[in-house]
Amino acid sequence: MRYVLILFLLFATPVFSVQPDEVLTDPVLESRARDISQGLRCLVCRNESIDDSNAGLARDLRLLVRERIMQGDSDTEVVAFVVSRYGEYVLLRPEFNGSNLMLWAAGPLMLGIGGLIGFAFVRRRRTVPADSLTAEESARLTEILRSDVTSG
Amino acid sequence: MTAEIGHFSLILALVVALVQMTVPMIGAHKGWSNWMELSVPAAVSQFALTLLAFAALMYAFATSDFSLSLVTANSHSLKPMLYKLTGTWGNHEGSMLLWVLILTLFGALVAVFGRNLPPHLKARVLSVQAAIAVAFLAFLLFTSNPFLRLAFPPLDGQGLNPLLQDPGLAFHPPFLYLGYVGLSMSFSFAVAALIEGRVDAAWARWVRPWTLAAWMFLTIGIALGSWWAYYELGWGGWWFWDPVENASFMPWLVATALLHSAIVVEKRESLKTWTILLAILAFSFSLIGTFIVRSGVITSVHAFANDPERGVFILMILAVAIGGSLTLFAFRANKLESKGVFSLVSRETGLILNNVLLIVAAFVVFIGTIWPLVADLTFGRKLSVGAPFFDLAFTPFMILIAMALPIGAMLPWKRADLARSIKPLWGMMALSVALGALVLVVQTGTLMMAPIGVTLATWLLLGAAADLGQRVRLGKTELRHSLLRLFKLPRADIGKAVAHAGLGITIFGISAITAWQTEDIRVARAGDSFMVKGARITYEIRFDGAKEITGPNYTATEGDFAVLVDGQQVARLKPQKRFYPVSNMPTTEAAIDIGFTRDVYVVIGDAQDAGGYAVRSYIKPFANWIWAGAIIMALGGLLSLTDRRYRVAAGAIRRQTPVPIVAE
Repeated sequence: MRYVLILFLLFATPVFSVQPDEVLTDPVLESRARDISQGLRCLVCRNESIDDSNAGLARDLRLLVRERIMQGDSDTEVVAFVVSRYGEYVLLRPEFNGSNLMLWAAGPLMLGIGGLIGFAFVRRRRTVPADSLTAEESARLTEILRSDVTSG
Repeated sequence: MTAEIGHFSLILALVVALVQMTVPMIGAHKGWSNWMELSVPAAVSQFALTLLAFAALMYAFATSDFSLSLVTANSHSLKPMLYKLTGTWGNHEGSMLLWVLILTLFGALVAVFGRNLPPHLKARVLSVQAAIAVAFLAFLLFTSNPFLRLAFPPLDGQGLNPLLQDPGLAFHPPFLYLGYVGLSMSFSFAVAALIEGRVDAAWARWVRPWTLAAWMFLTIGIALGSWWAYYELGWGGWWFWDPVENASFMPWLVATALLHSAIVVEKRESLKTWTILLAILAFSFSLIGTFIVRSGVITSVHAFANDPERGVFILMILAVAIGGSLTLFAFRANKLESKGVFSLVSRETGLILNNVLLIVAAFVVFIGTIWPLVADLTFGRKLSVGAPFFDLAFTPFMILIAMALPIGAMLPWKRADLARSIKPLWGMMALSVALGALVLVVQTGTLMMAPIGVTLATWLLLGAAADLGQRVRLGKTELRHSLLRLFKLPRADIGKAVAHAGLGITIFGISAITAWQTEDIRVARAGDSFMVKGARITYEIRFDGAKEITGPNYTATEGDFAVLVDGQQVARLKPQKRFYPVSNMPTTEAAIDIGFTRDVYVVIGDAQDAGGYAVRSYIKPFANWIWAGAIIMALGGLLSLTDRRYRVAAGAIRRQTPVPIVAE
């Protein structure tokens, strides 16, 4: 977080992202536009969504998103349109296909493996259950305890 | 002249580190005590020399010595003194020197306070610590020398990145480094233990305080950085899943796991090899973080110093440190026997679950961070991995951890009766779920975030309370006795409850701000009034105009806003849009009315052609809870750190008087 943002300096002077003149009058459409924008990467920035970025290109993309929405595109159509233009690089949430399956499966897979190893370890270290004493044992125990009390 | 003194002391520090790396290690191997004892004066003088170098650099910044190329590039005579001083570490070279300074500080602390460490272990620990110092001192001197002179000094400097001219950010790096570098201590102890082939409860008792201290600083450092982003970047974002943020978050996750597994080693002499592995991993992630920040391999919002030569150097350090320690681990790990046995339902199992979840979560962050690189190199796909991925892939693990935590925390060691242990928790669980359900019904949004977050946060808070309540036999004995017991409780137990409650508070803050934040964007003219609907209350914001003001090294447009509720003024906010002429950069200074249940956050933007200013206002519910929770977590760590058993272990004066036990 440190050098924080030499970049914010270079690319995204932290002033304003969404400008008042971009906002759609229909709040429902606007909130859809914002949701879509948060998932699209500002191409000239590093790892910032177009919703957060102040760069000129981000603004162009925000306007494009709103334009498509106004023309009646669904959310997926808008995203597909932007991807067809700029490639999958623009998606902040990688597609769920091909080699990316490894990325998406990594967490659950690791959890499975980690869980199994952990379980195997715990089983190996398990104590012999010693909850229940046999009748003989408990009689003997009582005896010991009693003798201890009398002697001590 | 002072710069040359600094330069020479840095070179001397490298020489001392070389000696400290080799002589005590040989001494420990051969059993020569005078060779081993050399580690103590060496560690102390290494620290003194690095401190001298750091002081020389700071002096150069304070006096604006523009004959140093580093000062010219990063400072300016008009800058306020505080920021001249903190500017010492506001750049690659200076921050690296701070990194090394903290590294040597930890070495010196072990040398001075580790009097009752076994001499062999101490010599080996300090020798490993010196090896790390050798690598980074060489890196500093050969690729990033802060003391290089300019043949023709300019009249004035080029200024500091204006975003760094801020108290939150000025003190963020030292905390973060204390955390990052503090983990080197656990690493050195782990490698020393592998060389010795011995890990026992005493070892864990020496390692745990260092890990705890590092973890505390890392927690505070991350919180400071996040808080800074919140108020400085102008839209109130507090976490971006940026590679550099991830670089600090991964060591934090692993250090958290390490803290917990070290307890098992200490109390039950089990999980030894795993704890050693975690200690190695935690510092490895610190090194990977350093590499990510300083090599520019992974594009990040924060990337700086994108010098391939430096990148290659750090990569070499990384390969030797991680590769070497893991190889050593592979050969020696089987020497460490675990003793304790425990059943399926026990505190041990709970802590293993904690470790599995934390490590898998850290792994998810790691793979997400490096995936763009992997996809590009192996599959030729140019893609991005951003916040939406991490939110989706990481959050489930946090939910699982939060769900299991209060139960695991109350299970007894070795063998537990699940039904009996969680008996005090049933009520808490019911209450948490009921509260979550209430939120679900009341809230207008459709996000599941808030109900789940509220349930988990309540569960964690009540769980921590139940844990303490049970320890002091609340309700089972007189209140007076319970209170007495609370005071007599080991600090570590109180610290544990406090830290777990802190996590609950952070989770609540995160879910509340994510689910309920509202926002308003508009052009406002002087005299305009507009309503911003919050989650509970509607705020009226009145724009009373803007004026131009002049600061020490900037000019600014300052807006004047009144915040009203039901016609009553509750706050006056003066956001600024600053311009720093030296660096030719604008910054925003958001104005925030900080509240317990919400922040009112106003930002002023550019003047519009048609008159008026662009204005952005937010109502951010429970924002402060995010950082308050983190600080409470760190406080819990501090409480644990002051536990008597560590003071004894650290060589403090032993108190022979037994602690009286309260009669029941």
